[in-house]
Amino acid sequence: MAIENALMTFPMAFPLVSLFAVTLILLPLVGVICCFLMPRISRTLGLFTSFANVISVAGLGWQILEHDSYRHAVGGWGAPLGIELYADGLSLLMLATTAIVGLAISVYSTAYFKPAAGVRFWPIWLCLLTALNTLFLSEDIFNLYVTLELLSLSAVALTALTGSKEALSGAMRYLLASLLASLSYLLGVVLLYHSFGSVDISILTQQMQAPSATLATATPAVWAALGLMGAGLMLKTAIFPLHFWLPPAHGSAPAPVSALLSALVIKASFYILLRLWFTLFEPLVDSQAINSLLGLLGCTAILWGSVQAIRQTRLKLLIAYSTVAQIGYLFLIFPLAPNMGSLAWNGVAYLIISHALAKSAMFLCAGNLLRFGGHDRIADLDRVVQRLPLTAAAFALAGVSIMGIPPSGGFIGKWLLLEASMNQGRWDLVAVIVIGGLLAAVYIFKVIGYTFIPAKVTHEAHAVSARMQWSALLLAIGAVLLGFLSLPVLSLLNISDATITSGVGL
Amino acid sequence: MNPANFYALVGIGLFCIGLFGMIINSHLLRKILAFNIMGSGVFLILVALGRRADNMPADPVPHAMVITGIVVAVSATALALTLMIKVTTITGQATLPDEDDK
Amino acid sequence: MNWNAWVPLLVVISSLLPGLIIFSLPEDKVRLRITLNLFGALIKFLLVGLMLWGVYNGFHYEIRLPLLPNLELVLRAGPLALLFVTLSSILWLVTTVYAIGYLEDSPHRSRFFGFFSLCVTATTGVALAGNLITFLLFYELLTLATYPLIVHRGTEEARQAGKTYLRYTISGGALLLIGTAWLYSLTGNLEFTPKGFLTNMGEEHYPALITIFILLIAGLGVKAALFPLHGWLPQAMIAPAPVSALLHAVAVVKAGAFGIIRVVYEVFGVEFSATLGVLTPLAWLAAFTIIYGSIRALYQDDLKRRLAYSTVSQVSYITLGVAIAGPIAAIGGVVHLVHQGVMKITLFFCAGNLAETLGIHKISEMNGVGRRMPWTMAAFTIGAFGMIGAPPIAGFFSKWYLGLGALNTDQSWVIFVLAGSSLLNATYFLPILHRAWFKTLPESWPEEHDFGNKETTWTLLLPPLITAAMALTAGLLVTMPFSPLEWAKLISAREFYQP
Repeated sequence: MAIENALMTFPMAFPLVSLFAVTLILLPLVGVICCFLMPRISRTLGLFTSFANVISVAGLGWQILEHDSYRHAVGGWGAPLGIELYADGLSLLMLATTAIVGLAISVYSTAYFKPAAGVRFWPIWLCLLTALNTLFLSEDIFNLYVTLELLSLSAVALTALTGSKEALSGAMRYLLASLLASLSYLLGVVLLYHSFGSVDISILTQQMQAPSATLATATPAVWAALGLMGAGLMLKTAIFPLHFWLPPAHGSAPAPVSALLSALVIKASFYILLRLWFTLFEPLVDSQAINSLLGLLGCTAILWGSVQAIRQTRLKLLIAYSTVAQIGYLFLIFPLAPNMGSLAWNGVAYLIISHALAKSAMFLCAGNLLRFGGHDRIADLDRVVQRLPLTAAAFALAGVSIMGIPPSGGFIGKWLLLEASMNQGRWDLVAVIVIGGLLAAVYIFKVIGYTFIPAKVTHEAHAVSARMQWSALLLAIGAVLLGFLSLPVLSLLNISDATITSGVGL
Repeated sequence: MNPANFYALVGIGLFCIGLFGMIINSHLLRKILAFNIMGSGVFLILVALGRRADNMPADPVPHAMVITGIVVAVSATALALTLMIKVTTITGQATLPDEDDK
Repeated sequence: MNWNAWVPLLVVISSLLPGLIIFSLPEDKVRLRITLNLFGALIKFLLVGLMLWGVYNGFHYEIRLPLLPNLELVLRAGPLALLFVTLSSILWLVTTVYAIGYLEDSPHRSRFFGFFSLCVTATTGVALAGNLITFLLFYELLTLATYPLIVHRGTEEARQAGKTYLRYTISGGALLLIGTAWLYSLTGNLEFTPKGFLTNMGEEHYPALITIFILLIAGLGVKAALFPLHGWLPQAMIAPAPVSALLHAVAVVKAGAFGIIRVVYEVFGVEFSATLGVLTPLAWLAAFTIIYGSIRALYQDDLKRRLAYSTVSQVSYITLGVAIAGPIAAIGGVVHLVHQGVMKITLFFCAGNLAETLGIHKISEMNGVGRRMPWTMAAFTIGAFGMIGAPPIAGFFSKWYLGLGALNTDQSWVIFVLAGSSLLNATYFLPILHRAWFKTLPESWPEEHDFGNKETTWTLLLPPLITAAMALTAGLLVTMPFSPLEWAKLISAREFYQP
């Protein structure tokens, strides 16, 4: 009967918004297949797909702005049986960030990869894009598992692309950590399915929050699911002390890949964590202990990651450790959100976006410097940085956002977090946020300081194409300009389905 | 104890053995095998818990999930093995270098 | 459409846009760069003139742009803002001319002038900021824009100076950020309001407010070179002369001092600050800095370093005037913002001329230089006498009002500070003048450049002469409308007398 109904309404239930959402998933997937079939034109295909992806996200955004948050049953099969797609303000923001950063990285990659390496890069990158898009549109914890796994596998493959010793062992370490994390997450899914008979987030949330369910929700199975899924996602997000795999992987991958990994891939697992934590696990984590623990991890990550970044002698590792530190900021949402919902939520969302832009710009800059000078030893960078003024400018602008100096996206995010911590009297968090910014200034100016030292080029320099320089610069400018766009971005964030974000107090 | 719970417990046991193996072994092949054991454990739990009550027919959804999961696990294993071979060829050993060595 | 609203924004953009274009110019487009620079400076000057006229006639210039939920980016041209923005726009024009002459044929000029323009953009932003968050935004931009100017020479020494500068200013910025965020979470308001917006706060908030005051003043004190936060300033002397001139007279140091005025007058309010009991310690700190800076200046042989310590001392007059908490002292403090700027920039221009023309960097090398470069040294003499406080040069009036104000509020100890510092000023300036005018010429100069029969190029000579003339006129025509003193009286009256 239900099936019949679904079939009957199928033609009508396929509005424009669904077209865009489905396109977002199918388009890169078709791109992958085409890249495999026609390796000669994979570069064009990749660029075209990234561009079309931006347009689809814009279309989806336009529809969501008109019609509010959106739910689509794929093939007309609704939950609990079928798989539903769901998009609200947060997922739209993540999709948009992915699309924009992805486009810039695609443009960069057209110049970065030689055709032989590009043949391998483009299909895997589009595969990664498929995974990301699907992940941000899913609201089904099993589907999320599949996308997460697809994401990790393509990310690992991209990391190993150069085939160097460092890259291979970095990728291997990444793969093992990520497989472990996936299985842990999957076991959590299994336990939840066993307890509630569904994998749809909104159905699970309703069951968890129903008054009659209070006893049932606190079963050991649900607690175990919370622990397993949380641990798995945290391992994938590389929060301290589970960050061991990140620096080798991000530090040894090709520059555009490092940019993708740091800007987007780790955000995807964090996004799932955020979704689960504040919807279906909300009744469980109301107790302050877990949230305080996560906040503590965040603080340690900020301090430890920054100090490690300062100690690095290689630029890409410095940037990778900076990512470890910046992830710490995201985890401050856990102690802050229960009381200061929207402030903390807005702040962290803002940090996610601005970090994505700034960090990808930084890695692309590092790629330029590496291409130009053949090395990324920070102490010898003076010979390189000056010859690439656009890259130096991009690095500096991205640095402004990472440090959280106004005007920049990073500043807005940190300001909101500061406000949330102060309103709650959490002076320890205030101190960590500010000290983290100061430490970031130390490691960023460690690099920028060399820009002004005149030095002779002592080695043969390789040309860096304008495309590579400009795509980095535009991303960095975006990170800074984000400082002036907080109202539209935050208003987007407020679009949501009541059942999904009921706990966040939006 | 009904059979379903028994299978589930065995699954948990397998998961733990795999986890232990993955952490304790440094040889990459052993790590990959341990991952597969962990995976089998999870799938076993999934299948076993599909039957919610003795007198009801088994829930088909977990079976679909297991198939999906196996596909994912197989591809992950394939990738891991390829990577392992590459690492072994280039470094001459089937273990990951310690981070401190660098 | 209210066109008046856009004027403050245009003032900021008038230097931002040329700056951004200049960055992209190739090194050899000298003429285009000069044109852009001067064009921007002139436009800014005219716009500021328009605002001065407008405010005098009761127009209201304010623009609000959304920045955060419930927080706006506000640019507003009040009397205090206009005082500072006029100063910076005039001095920018003069310094641009000077910098063009000074940096002729040196490398990286596009980069230099780009950051130079950004620096002025930030300063105008600081001046026009209508609330604390806007102020913070431009204050940080100023830090970032000045760093490349300080390390411009690219020597190891310059890099170290830049590092020290960043260490101080970024930490200061962090303190300011905490203070601002705290104030906002406490009151939900950051708008600069005459007499402050905190008067309604209950006594239970006093400890927090005192801490906020300390945080804000410490953050601003770094740039205002308040003891013990002044360490970066003498080191930053490594920068090219136009930069030092701008740093000391208008941009960085003044941004700090101006911020202190804003915080005391328009965030806390003088009366409320006095109630909190934070002004007397501030006055003592300022007084100590005045004496300390003067004494340190005595022992410097490097001309620019002596001037730098003199700045440490002189800028604290502004803080002192604010901290004395009386209407007359306020006039002295506020007007010193302008007077010190004009006089100090003259001195730095002259020091730059000596270095550029004759290679003189040390005071011990200045024997008889007055006869070699009479015009430059005449300007220097006017500046120096102004610093000492000799009538009728502008500096005298600042000190006069400070002294009167101190007496008026029964803080006669300030008189001793003023007298002592004037004495010290004389002790470290008069020997320089004596050397320059009365000692015999040496055989040769350290590194003489040939400018024919002129003493130096006109682009280098004109700016100090103009600013020296301004210092003199500001003193001579002190009672005319639109003179800095009259304007300062208006500001003081607004803070103290108006309901």
